[in-house]
Amino acid sequence: MAEKTKIKELEKVVVRFSGDSGDGMQLAGNIFSNLSASIGNEISTFPDYPAEIRAPQGTLSGVSGFQVHIGKGVYTPGDKADVLVAMNPAALKTNVKFCKPNAVIITDEDSFTKSDLEKAAFTTDNPFEELNITGMQIVPVPITTMVKASLSDSGLDNKAVVRCKNMFALGLVCWLFNRPIEHAAHLLKNKFAKKPAIYEANLKVMNDGYNYGHNIHATVSAYRIETMPTQKGFYTDINGNKATALGLIAASEKSGLPLFLGSYPITPATDILHELAARKELGVKVVQAEDEIAGVCTAIGASFAGHLAATSTSGPGLALKSEAIGLAVMAELPLVVIDVQRGGPSTGLPTKTEQTDLLQALYGRNGECPAVVVAASTPTNCFDMAFSAAKIALEHMTPVILLTDGFIANGSSAWRIPELETYPEIKPNYVTEDMKEGWRPYKRNAETSVRYWALPGMDGFMHRLGGLEKDNVTSAISTDPVNHQKMVDLRQAKVDYISNCIPELKVLGDEDADLLVVGWGGTYGHLYSAVEEMNRNGKKVAMAHFNYINPLPKNTEEILRKYKKVVVCELNKGQFASFLRSKMHGLDVLQYNKVQAQPFMVNELVDHFTKLMEEK
Amino acid sequence: MSNIEYTAKDFKSDQYVRWCPGCGDHAVVNTLQKAMAEVGVAPHETVVISGIGCSSRLPYYMNTYGFHTIHGRASAIATGVKVANPALTVWQVTGDGDCLAIGGNHFIHAVRRNIDLNIMLLNNKIYGLTKGQYSPTSDKGAVTKSSPYGTVEEPFIPAELVFGARGNFFARAIDVDLATTKDIMVAAAKHKGASVVEILQNCVIFNDNIHKYVTDKEVRADRTIVLKQGEKMIFGKNRDKGLVLDGMQLKVVTIGENGVTLDDILTHDATTPDMFMHMRLALMDGHSLPLALGVIRSVEAPTYDQEVAEQIESVKARKKERTLREYLLSGDIWEVK
Repeated sequence: MAEKTKIKELEKVVVRFSGDSGDGMQLAGNIFSNLSASIGNEISTFPDYPAEIRAPQGTLSGVSGFQVHIGKGVYTPGDKADVLVAMNPAALKTNVKFCKPNAVIITDEDSFTKSDLEKAAFTTDNPFEELNITGMQIVPVPITTMVKASLSDSGLDNKAVVRCKNMFALGLVCWLFNRPIEHAAHLLKNKFAKKPAIYEANLKVMNDGYNYGHNIHATVSAYRIETMPTQKGFYTDINGNKATALGLIAASEKSGLPLFLGSYPITPATDILHELAARKELGVKVVQAEDEIAGVCTAIGASFAGHLAATSTSGPGLALKSEAIGLAVMAELPLVVIDVQRGGPSTGLPTKTEQTDLLQALYGRNGECPAVVVAASTPTNCFDMAFSAAKIALEHMTPVILLTDGFIANGSSAWRIPELETYPEIKPNYVTEDMKEGWRPYKRNAETSVRYWALPGMDGFMHRLGGLEKDNVTSAISTDPVNHQKMVDLRQAKVDYISNCIPELKVLGDEDADLLVVGWGGTYGHLYSAVEEMNRNGKKVAMAHFNYINPLPKNTEEILRKYKKVVVCELNKGQFASFLRSKMHGLDVLQYNKVQAQPFMVNELVDHFTKLMEEK
Repeated sequence: MSNIEYTAKDFKSDQYVRWCPGCGDHAVVNTLQKAMAEVGVAPHETVVISGIGCSSRLPYYMNTYGFHTIHGRASAIATGVKVANPALTVWQVTGDGDCLAIGGNHFIHAVRRNIDLNIMLLNNKIYGLTKGQYSPTSDKGAVTKSSPYGTVEEPFIPAELVFGARGNFFARAIDVDLATTKDIMVAAAKHKGASVVEILQNCVIFNDNIHKYVTDKEVRADRTIVLKQGEKMIFGKNRDKGLVLDGMQLKVVTIGENGVTLDDILTHDATTPDMFMHMRLALMDGHSLPLALGVIRSVEAPTYDQEVAEQIESVKARKKERTLREYLLSGDIWEVK
């Protein structure tokens, strides 16, 4: 019968799992993406949680989603889905807008009863008509009934049986995309290692879903997704928050300094705290502080005592930490501050994504108070940028603010486990024994302006630091006007010098382009996908993406002035664009901005860039 | 700890001391240097952390590692220092504004966690550095620059906050009794855990004589009692007054009157975990009952910094991964060959 199956060959495909927050859609999506990565697909995923912890079952506010993009040339979780799994009417209603016009929609028809439809605020008994769904392939499957039948002899209670529904959906999707189900079994086994009965039930139901797909295949399109030969090595699936945490651990290993995190729970940054709190076997010390201020202050204390110290937060927390970051600037202590940006201002949209903290990171402190600002561009890039932030902080005795965002923090992709030998050394500017005589804490390296670091416990280097201005020579408190100017200039020079130690800005895409697309941080995937698509269609577009913001890469001005049209794209009102203008006199750049607490869509970018290129 | 004998001079820095002449802080810094010499921890293994305020300038006058930080946050920064390196002896110097107003949250949590800090709380019931506003310990009705008609708010009693935060060490000293103050500082340093020492200190400029009612030489012996572990609670110029329990309340009696003998007088036990008696003693205010000085409470309990370190060791004993790569390879992975 296989010959009857309509098989679509695709380069990449987007699958969206959606259901009630208790339906286990995150787990199904996760297993599906890991499975795809293990057979050589590139993957990018994004979870879409409800803001409420446990919204009423079956309601619109209780819908949880997980989007997976698999294939070749995958840089984002995808704009719209080719396949939607909707476990109830509420999921259908909230997710149909994320579907392509010809998408396949798989539903659990057992969950489309009158009362289910009412909970999802449908007014008729035909939700598809009511949502004006035409041109999509609807595949209603009696999932609940089949799961109950399948597990009638399992000895599990009804609640536990129904909880296996997600695995039926997963099995069906695995068939649809020709995934090897054995690896999924392995992932399930890890998940339910301590509950063999639950594992057996889930496995059985997943196989049933797969077989069901096989039996109905004449009526639905199946897909064959292109796989890529990838670099040899061990891979894992990782999200941005975990990658950030591990990047700090890598820097701790490289520098030989123990890692300390002082933090206070805040969405969407808390998973960094979770990951590091669990890494005690690697010697990580974590203090869950009484508030955001204590989070950064304990980190500053640990830094003073000679640890690699970090604090993790989101926008509101960064605001609370400002004064203490100023202290670290003044005391010239290494410190990594991670801001996982979310929708603002104030409490804003905690579970959504934005790039609106850039100016706060650059300028949100009293006094002339320069700090290094860097940004991560993808979930896996969070590892490298956390490592880089720690390296800069330790080697240049300065706070470094690492900006990530809710989108890359929760999104994940496949990641090749790195060999740390290939990462650069981290060498803090320690005092040496021969400096003891007449040593002062603000003595610094003449070229880099970095002061020498003496750690409490070292004999002969006792010293006092503080937030009061210090004399450039004696390091005693000073209100001398000329000295203050000198110290302000030195602190700035120290940060500026770092431009010698960071990679140059690269131009991607068509070097000889009519339009240069500029971005920074977590918008990389969408911008790159748009530029790549336009290049494929013969459009002369290039892209320059910033990971290092303060200081900027040395060749920034040269590149930005080279192109006739430059458009700076950001999920804010134009913060980076105004920063660039302030750094480069008369720089003429266009802006493309969106502040909807959502990532860009590749399509909207392509449309906008195309329009820009047509304008004279 | 080393075998070297230290003197107060070893803990003095070369900085000129800039407090007002007559300020109680001069006595405190000199006494602290003597106490540190007696404790015997080397200057390079000693760290003094402060926030902002007159008293918070103190680290600059110490030849130790020191950090003059930001207003109210010294407890949090000191916590980071101690957790990072528990081998260091960490002192915090703070005032009634720094510690109990802007820093109140960090203070109670440091006490609750029982992190091994020696917290010297210099209480002069006024903001000195900003030139004379009332503080959280100013008596109700205090007339200051920001309360020209008197305050309308109740003050904190530091001891109550410490006990409310389940503190294990509380002592009280006065800036005019250097010998007792030094002994208390040494006891605080030797105690493992958060040790809070309230030092009643005089601001000669903005709140002169605020503690005179109890510190004045003429009346001090009758209005204060110096508590000593295992000793009878007696006081008074003639050492003939003592404390007894009358129901749930403390009461002053005179030995030799109404058949009262020394055996009837309470014996001080700072080490009992039950807070009842410590609270009663700490709340005596020098009026109907003498103000209690000395170590009021000193109870052994596990410290936060040690428990953090021990937890890491216990996890290390259970898990074999020691590098990031080993940890990653132990998780959900696949191999591309």
